Amino acid sequence: MTILVIAEHDNQQLKAATHHAVSAALQLAEKTGTAVNILVAGQACSDVAEQASTIAGIAQVLVADCEALAYQLPENLVPMLAALVKEESVTHLLAPATTQGKNLLPGVAALLDVAQISEITTIVDSHTFIRPVYAGNALATVQSCDSVQVITVRGTAFEAAATEGGDATITALAPITDSGLSRFISEEVSQSDRPELTAARTIISGGRGMQNGDNFSLLEKVADKIGAAVGASRAAVDAGFVANDMQVGQTGKIVAPDLYIAVGISGAIQHLAGMKDSKVIVAINKDEEAPIFGVADYGLYADLFDAVPELDAQLS
Amino acid sequence: MKILVAVKRVVDANVQVRVKADHSGIELANVKMAINPFCEIAIEEAIRLKEAGSASEVIVVSAGDSACQEQLRTALALGADRAIQIVTDEDLQPLAVAKLLNAVAAKEAVGLVIMGKQSIDGDNNQTGQMLAALAGMPQGTFASEVQIEADEILVTREVDGGLQKVALKLPAVITTDLRLNEPRYASLPNIMKAKRKPLDKVTPEELGVDVAPRLSTLEVNSPPARAAGQMVASVTELVEKLKTEAGVLS
Ligand SMILES: Cc1cc2nc3c(=O)[nH]c(=O)nc-3n(C[C@H](O)[C@H](O)[C@H](O)COP(=O)(O)OP(=O)(O)OC[C@H]3O[C@@H](n4cnc5c(N)ncnc54)[C@H](O)[C@@H]3O)c2cc1C
Ligand SMILES: Nc1ncnc2c1ncn2[C@@H]1O[C@H](COP(=O)(O)O)[C@@H](O)[C@H]1O
Repeated sequence: MTILVIAEHDNQQLKAATHHAVSAALQLAEKTGTAVNILVAGQACSDVAEQASTIAGIAQVLVADCEALAYQLPENLVPMLAALVKEESVTHLLAPATTQGKNLLPGVAALLDVAQISEITTIVDSHTFIRPVYAGNALATVQSCDSVQVITVRGTAFEAAATEGGDATITALAPITDSGLSRFISEEVSQSDRPELTAARTIISGGRGMQNGDNFSLLEKVADKIGAAVGASRAAVDAGFVANDMQVGQTGKIVAPDLYIAVGISGAIQHLAGMKDSKVIVAINKDEEAPIFGVADYGLYADLFDAVPELDAQLS
Repeated sequence: MKILVAVKRVVDANVQVRVKADHSGIELANVKMAINPFCEIAIEEAIRLKEAGSASEVIVVSAGDSACQEQLRTALALGADRAIQIVTDEDLQPLAVAKLLNAVAAKEAVGLVIMGKQSIDGDNNQTGQMLAALAGMPQGTFASEVQIEADEILVTREVDGGLQKVALKLPAVITTDLRLNEPRYASLPNIMKAKRKPLDKVTPEELGVDVAPRLSTLEVNSPPARAAGQMVASVTELVEKLKTEAGVLS
């Protein structure tokens, strides 16, 4: 019996989201006494396997390295995962609650004829978990009666496992063949020198109040001074000010940095769902009634076009 | 090609929900209900594909008690051709819904299934992927653009790092993201016309599906409230407090 974590990676770099899922897996291992393994599925992904093998507390890194897994398409990976769970007697299959984890795990659960449990934030016992529902306005404690638990892990709720200190064995799995059902065509990966939203300790986000994409440079200047990531509300993304991968919220990214600065964001339930677990929240808004002030530790009632340049100047 | 659109009845996105006093769930009495916003986008996309000549018929399906007929009628008013209600009072979980949809999709021999990426009540984000796995169909989740080309559908997907484009063999399952389209409103004449469109009923038993829940909800609680904050008078005061009081700026 084992616990298996699916590694999030791009064939070169193991993503930080994996370490948060591993830490949930280690909590489960403490309760159940089972070993934790990591699966790296990809093509030419041996660097990732090496990185995974040094994570503290991991027993084995299973590597499935073949052409059919180059883009981790669910049509190829989902049936493989379902088979692997049976072969390895996996009791808990975990993945980070990223778009990749969400793309894969429900299908695996369906093939195993078990439930999938999304975005857990607390492990109560080996079959009982807490997860937010209704945009985080309620926390449900759910218990599963299935033999295998298929779980996505909300990264903000679990500390990252240590990247060093482990010495897991690396085991190669047999290659698989392509399903012929889907093809990867292309990818547009946003390039930025700033930290990733879900890993950043400080985030400054802009909303509809920013008026256009060019004005986001005001936020970028501040971000560069304090090492922050730049996020956005859905309204800002919808209006085409910035890219979709910057959206924070119920249906975008969930973040919980030490400092979250919301600029020109009203604070709709769906936006709050993505950031209200931040340690310190600052809101800058010219509407005194804006709901964002209800969750802010520090509210500044001001025009952002005065306040943000001033903030930038004072941080020099 | 027939398109199947799965529609869920949920609490309206603008409602601030409250946890029941006995912690058994969410207070649903007298709460405004609506079509799950992602399902509205799914309906719109199906109708556009029909208008563009890529589809012959749009069938909407919802699983639930008689109340979900309201959402099915709205979908018909928006332009769907006919509706199917899978009649059940059971608290449906994604696996059960996926099995029901799989049975309907097979029976109707649909060429494409479009559904929401996530229901805004349970925030599961599972059903489309489960259906794809059960039906052996490829999946295009979190779609922000779709294009049918011969026997394939090209899907642009919103992923954490940016955008990914894949080609899927039809039949396929698509789940919608918010930017796929801007749903239309139903016109009054179309609302009237929708009353005469067919709405068939079928039971889980007739579809041969066991819908018993796999997860039990032990309790539902409100999240911890944040401590009240303070208003600051100036940027100077803000920076000062972030440095000294909050200790999050150096
Ligand atoms: C199914 C669904 C899912 C959703 N998912 C998300 C999600 O994941 N994330 C998300 O963010 N939203 C989401 N939304 C949208 C959400 O409901 C709100 O519409 C959105 O968050 C509003 O964005 P906003 O605050 O930028 O815009 P608005 O609500 O328009 O607020 C703009 C704010 O800027 C202020 N402002 C304007 N000019 C200035 C100025 N010069 N100086 C200072 N302040 C100024 C205004 O006072 C106002 O408070 C979702 C909605 C639905 C239905
Ligand atoms: N009871 C239901 N009836 C019809 N479709 C549903 C139902 N529940 C979920 N769905 C579909 O599955 C999508 C994703 O839901 P979920 O997996 O619950 O987040 C929804 O947007 C709907 O398209």
